[in-house]
Amino acid sequence: MTATEIRPTTAAALETKAPPKPRNMGQIIRWLLLFLGGIAMVMPIAYMISTSLKWPHEVYNVNLIPDEPTLENYLYVLEDGRFYKWFINSIIIATLTTISNLLFDSLVGYTLCKFKFPGRQIVFIAILSTLMIPTEMLVIPWYLMSQSFGWLDSYWGIMFPGLMTAFGTFLMKQFFESVPDDFIEAARIDGLNELQIWWTVAMPLVKPALAALAIFVFLGNWTAFLWPLIVTNSVEMYTIPVGLSGFGDEADVAWELIMTGAAISTIPTLVVFLIFQRFIIRGVVMAGLKG
Amino acid sequence: MTLYRNLTIKQKQIVWAWSFLALPVLFYGVIRFYPTGTAFVISFQEWNLLGSRTWTGFDNYVTLWNDPVFWKVFKNTFAYLLIGTPVSLVLSFVIAYHLDKLRFMHNFLRMLYFLPFMTSAVAMAWVWRWFYQGVPIGLFNNILAGFGIPQIEFLNSTTNALPAVLAPAIWAGLGFQVIIFMAGLRAIPVSFYEAAKIDGVGWWTVLTQITLPLLKPTMVFIVVFSSIGFLRIFDHVFNMTTNNPGGPLNSTKPLVLMIYDTAFNGFNMGYAAAQTVVLFTILLIVSLVQLRLLRSE
Repeated sequence: MTATEIRPTTAAALETKAPPKPRNMGQIIRWLLLFLGGIAMVMPIAYMISTSLKWPHEVYNVNLIPDEPTLENYLYVLEDGRFYKWFINSIIIATLTTISNLLFDSLVGYTLCKFKFPGRQIVFIAILSTLMIPTEMLVIPWYLMSQSFGWLDSYWGIMFPGLMTAFGTFLMKQFFESVPDDFIEAARIDGLNELQIWWTVAMPLVKPALAALAIFVFLGNWTAFLWPLIVTNSVEMYTIPVGLSGFGDEADVAWELIMTGAAISTIPTLVVFLIFQRFIIRGVVMAGLKG
Repeated sequence: MTLYRNLTIKQKQIVWAWSFLALPVLFYGVIRFYPTGTAFVISFQEWNLLGSRTWTGFDNYVTLWNDPVFWKVFKNTFAYLLIGTPVSLVLSFVIAYHLDKLRFMHNFLRMLYFLPFMTSAVAMAWVWRWFYQGVPIGLFNNILAGFGIPQIEFLNSTTNALPAVLAPAIWAGLGFQVIIFMAGLRAIPVSFYEAAKIDGVGWWTVLTQITLPLLKPTMVFIVVFSSIGFLRIFDHVFNMTTNNPGGPLNSTKPLVLMIYDTAFNGFNMGYAAAQTVVLFTILLIVSLVQLRLLRSE
């Protein structure tokens, strides 16, 4: 798409070109307004965490800092055991799916980028065209498929639709373009086979792209809702979002418990983001503009 | 092995390429293309998942055309799109435009705006749902009450519920769009601005004559990306209205929720499949039209 026109400069420019320092009244007002807007943006997250630390009688107060902070809600929710199980389920599913995407999307992207073979163009266009098929159209056939193969209510059933993605393949193909053919030729002359070349020569050169892809796939699977909701039946197989959705209904008006569940499902990704902030934002830009 | 050794370099390449692609090609065939075909086929059948499938021609589509709920849902889906896309486009541009001009605590401010993107829609739907409750529970109404302003019905009102459900969806996607816009802004060569400065052009002219035209590729991307997201809205609606999904009175029900209901609560697979075909067609048309419109001009 046309976004490629601005490709070469963006990632680097994001780091180098610095906007001017605030020196006049206008800049100060601009800063203050953006600061207030930013605070408003994180308010829902702040209130979620704050309420999860409140006693039930304090929940309806609008104060952000709890009078007597407590971890009681977390103990209650975790003692129940279900959140713990859902958390583990989500971790396993998101991790395995991410690994699968890193391997297959990059292998396919690499092959389409660096090999000359009959059928290359057809395979590329076929994979690219799946971007136009919405998941929602496929859930019914996937469900029928899972039913006939006995995949309902299993990790495999939750994971199989996302093991490879056209988005990831396209992203990786774009990045392998920047790996010089000479490197690959040299490795061939050194006697490495094609699998070794892909793994030991090409893959290390696209690490930033792999990291960006990993972030997107993990986050996507951690928060995925529709398909896990359809494919799981038993409470032990739920992922965090599916479990939380049912828990919210069940907890009814115990908002401090619902906020605790919501916090448990959100805090891990927030922590990861706060640690790798710079890196993740660069990854998002790369994935967004190249993918 | 001897067979492989006798191949030319070119032939070896072909063998390698196809052995790398074998499993993925199988995957895309079985998990993407075959199900797409199945969805089309089922849309011409009547099937309740237990009994036998019967061919009914275009019956499902005719039923859909005559279903008042479908037209309500159709209207809602486009309301999400037609409110959500421009609002998030303008907000994210304004934020990115100003944030780009600031250096003091730049990364901190950027983090504040981006943080919601890292949250899960289900979790945040429940947070916002709590905000929307009446006095003495909900945050918004409690704040309003503090100023002596009468309560607002958010999720219980047929007119307010749709924007109320849409707000967290816009909120969660804003950070991503801000980041993309900032990357677009940084990609505009500084020399353009310097030339404008030498010519003594005002900021409004710079904005409309330089910045916005050069941001067009970025805008095309953001508009297409967010439109597709709003047309497929589900998680927020489902979780904010679990007691009556899509309610009150279907006033928030989007197409994906109707599909989910028809297929997995009503077990009317043929009818649901027809709805997915409609969704597919809408997504296809909207993306093609937008690409065409924003590219030419």
